[in-house]
Amino acid sequence: MIEEEKDLSYYAKVHSIESLGTVDGPGIRFVLFLQGCHLECKYCHNRDTWDINDGHYQSLDDIFNKIMRYKNYICPRGGVTISGGEPLLQHKFLFELFTKLKKENIHTCIDTSGMVALTDDIKKLINITDLFLLDIKHIDDEKCKDLVGRSNKLELAFARYLSDNNIPMWIRQVLIPGYTDDEQDLLKLKDFINSLKTVERVEILPYHNIGASKWKNLGLNYPLEGVRQADDNDIKRAKEILGIN
Amino acid sequence: MNFEQWKDFKKGDWQSEINVRDFIQHNYTPYEGDDSFLSGPTEKTKKLWNEVLELYKKESNSKGGVLDIDTKTISTITAHDAGYIDKDLEDIVGLQTDAPLKRAIMPFGGIRIVEKACAAYDRKVDDEVETIFHKYRKTHNDGVYSVYTPDIRAARSSHLITGLPDGYGRGRIIGDYRRVALYGIDVLIAEKQDELDVLNTDELTEEVIRSREEISEQIKALNELKEMAAKYGFDISKPASNAKEAVQWLYFGYLGAIKSQDGAAMSLGRTSTFLDIYFERDLQNGTLTEEEAQEIMDHFVMKLRLVRFLRTPEYNELFSGDPVWVTESIGGMGVDGRTLVTKNSFRLLHTLQNLGPAPEPNMTVLWSTRLPEGFKRFTTNLSIKTSSIQYENDDLMRVTLGDDYGIACCVSPMKIGKQMQFFGARANLAKTLLYAINGGRDEMTGKQVTPLFEPITSEYLDYDEVMEKFNQMMDYVAKIYIKALNAIHYMHDKYCYEAIEMALHDREIIRTMACGIAGLSVVADSLSAIKYAKVKVVRDETGLAVDYKVEGDFPKFGNDDDRVDQIAVDITKNFMNKLRKHQTYRHSKHTLSILTITSNVVYGKATGNTPDGRRAGEPFGPGANPLHGRDTSGALAVMNSIAKLPFDSAEDGISYTFSITPGTLGKTDEEKIDNLVNMLDGYFTQTGHHINVNVFDRSLLLDAMDHPEKYPQLTIRVSGYAVHFTKLTREQQLDVIHRTIHERI
Repeated sequence: MIEEEKDLSYYAKVHSIESLGTVDGPGIRFVLFLQGCHLECKYCHNRDTWDINDGHYQSLDDIFNKIMRYKNYICPRGGVTISGGEPLLQHKFLFELFTKLKKENIHTCIDTSGMVALTDDIKKLINITDLFLLDIKHIDDEKCKDLVGRSNKLELAFARYLSDNNIPMWIRQVLIPGYTDDEQDLLKLKDFINSLKTVERVEILPYHNIGASKWKNLGLNYPLEGVRQADDNDIKRAKEILGIN
Repeated sequence: MNFEQWKDFKKGDWQSEINVRDFIQHNYTPYEGDDSFLSGPTEKTKKLWNEVLELYKKESNSKGGVLDIDTKTISTITAHDAGYIDKDLEDIVGLQTDAPLKRAIMPFGGIRIVEKACAAYDRKVDDEVETIFHKYRKTHNDGVYSVYTPDIRAARSSHLITGLPDGYGRGRIIGDYRRVALYGIDVLIAEKQDELDVLNTDELTEEVIRSREEISEQIKALNELKEMAAKYGFDISKPASNAKEAVQWLYFGYLGAIKSQDGAAMSLGRTSTFLDIYFERDLQNGTLTEEEAQEIMDHFVMKLRLVRFLRTPEYNELFSGDPVWVTESIGGMGVDGRTLVTKNSFRLLHTLQNLGPAPEPNMTVLWSTRLPEGFKRFTTNLSIKTSSIQYENDDLMRVTLGDDYGIACCVSPMKIGKQMQFFGARANLAKTLLYAINGGRDEMTGKQVTPLFEPITSEYLDYDEVMEKFNQMMDYVAKIYIKALNAIHYMHDKYCYEAIEMALHDREIIRTMACGIAGLSVVADSLSAIKYAKVKVVRDETGLAVDYKVEGDFPKFGNDDDRVDQIAVDITKNFMNKLRKHQTYRHSKHTLSILTITSNVVYGKATGNTPDGRRAGEPFGPGANPLHGRDTSGALAVMNSIAKLPFDSAEDGISYTFSITPGTLGKTDEEKIDNLVNMLDGYFTQTGHHINVNVFDRSLLLDAMDHPEKYPQLTIRVSGYAVHFTKLTREQQLDVIHRTIHERI
């Protein structure tokens, strides 16, 4: 069946929603998970969000109306967080959505890798986004290419742009034993973060393998088979190196 | 009226008539601060509480968790001698029998249940008592069964209508125990005598005769209450003169109730702000310190934690553990816009920290978005730490109930001293739907339970046909249900009248006929499956529909999806209207609750495969909860679905049990509190009625199942009340663990 052409300013490919998000931005978050990602992170815990052909279209009005049903919970302290997948692949839609949300004084947040080119459209979206959760994939470019299939140049430039334009961000680093926990890398990350002006928070997310089953369900081999999960000690060590609480 | 005990109180109507609300409004001090003024337990409290903990240990090591039974004394207000835990340590005294945790027998509800309970714990009811109740004294239970019709019996034994209070005390009546403290017994008796005078009418109609007899019983009970207090060395004929006496007087009122009635729920009312007036007066005039005030409240709560009734093991299986529902309603806002939160509201909740978490008293916070911030943060923080608090929507209830109502049992609001209910358990709507499909034959036994209705014979279920037949079957169930309740409450009034509780009510009161439904989300999902997917019927060789195959997907209740949520709303309204068509005993007002307590497990066990794909025997969702695992859009979507259920068609309460892991609630402690406050503000703004809040890890519960000894005080909230997790049956424990604990990876 050939799918009807959709105007991508007014339709989004949606994976799922979580009405009670409490860890993806300040306060209670309505989290919209968009479908489709151009990275190939070996540790991805949402492998089922990669393929843009999966998921289902939802209209701007439907999504906006749905969000409004949660206004009593998410205002004034919380807001809406867009996650994925890579949300910025659907930036046209997000621009329309956020424009409407800002009229309602709803806090907007995007959880992204930042691995997109800084086009005018993207810059327009950045302007009406209150907060970015920026997931630094790897501070070392070669290791980054190996881990997620892409260079980190775009995301570092993205972070720099946010900083230069006074857009708040939370930096996130997934801590994978043997992959992202090298002391020199973490020190390099620390230097990079210190060079940014608008970082409100740095979060170390411990790697876990709960997402492995999603790979298997799709008939795929899990690339990090056998890699151990990060524990409290790993987190503590990484935080010490980064100099955060 | 004037009493020296009322010195320093502001004057008002409360002095010329029985009017506790007026007294509160004139005299209370709203508190907008935080918890920093609170005191920890005193040495005396710690010592006494340790003695109680020792008693608990002995109790849980006894057969069936029953420490001792007085099998000889028929319990009344004055039947037992004074009893103490440790007389010299107790600020507040009074036990149900002459020793702590020794259970009394209350055979007026039914002798058989008492005999059965005694036998279950290797005891035997005294011969003389048996003789009296088998030969000479009819009970409530005897009365009901002498009038039950065959259709009621059939509906009852097939579990179409379940949990009916026809063999035990109905409970859910709250005496205004504050009146004892404020006025003393003599004023209350004089008031009742005036009422008798009002009822000295030209015609002695049946109604007047009944009222006169009841008031005479009430006066007798008030005199007995004085006698009971005298055994403990107190004269309660006059008002209480200080805070300690006020708590003691009030508790004596409650004690009289739990000595003479073993109702399913024996709730306390709304007492903490009333008592605060006495505490404030004593603190102001320097006769009491904060430590002493807290000590009095700690000791009061200890007494409430010792309340026990003799129940059969089946009863405990139905309701989990040893519930009493000493529900105390805390906080809320006044109609004049001032908060009803006082320092004593904090003290009462603080007992959860001084004595540790516990299911009783059933701490119920009346939530308003306008509650003081300090109180909101205090209660939510306690919720996160203890899982021992439930919340109900004061902004919703104040509209019809004013600002002096309290919650009976789990979710049933009533104006204190001005309203009572005829507790009616619940009808199994999921089974009703299956009966509609099978023409009144039971899906598990094949037996024809209702009169012969035309069954559905098609291979696939047609929505319109099912709705038509479901409507007819609901008509039938509503009729039988009210018939049964009328019989039950007629007999309860006659043979097991709550004299002391009703003595603490006005003469003219509102009575409600509090019906209930179970299995709402199963019915909504089933009808949604029939409407939006295809449901194929599997029949056995006798033509009985025993299973259903669902082809395709369908919207499920609990995801904020109007397509199915509206079905749930319509059914609620519809069934309520069907109930309204039937005349009720004493012209009581029909109400409805969507509450199962923990009986969702037992009801599920008695219900076959349903068209939504639920397997036979699997538990229903508790109360108004979605069925386990059906909600896939997060907890707020569940709240939005439940908040759509109309309170004006379910005025007896809509229960939602919410469980979440600590990590899912937020990262830091402060964030968790913020998020829970916002969640409650949001849910209640959406017009949700009730929510139980549990915050715990799945892994902790799994460990508690295997090592109960490590978790003696682990409390969780289930559908309107709290229980000790380790006292649940294994089946119920699994139900709690599988029930949606909101957890995010």
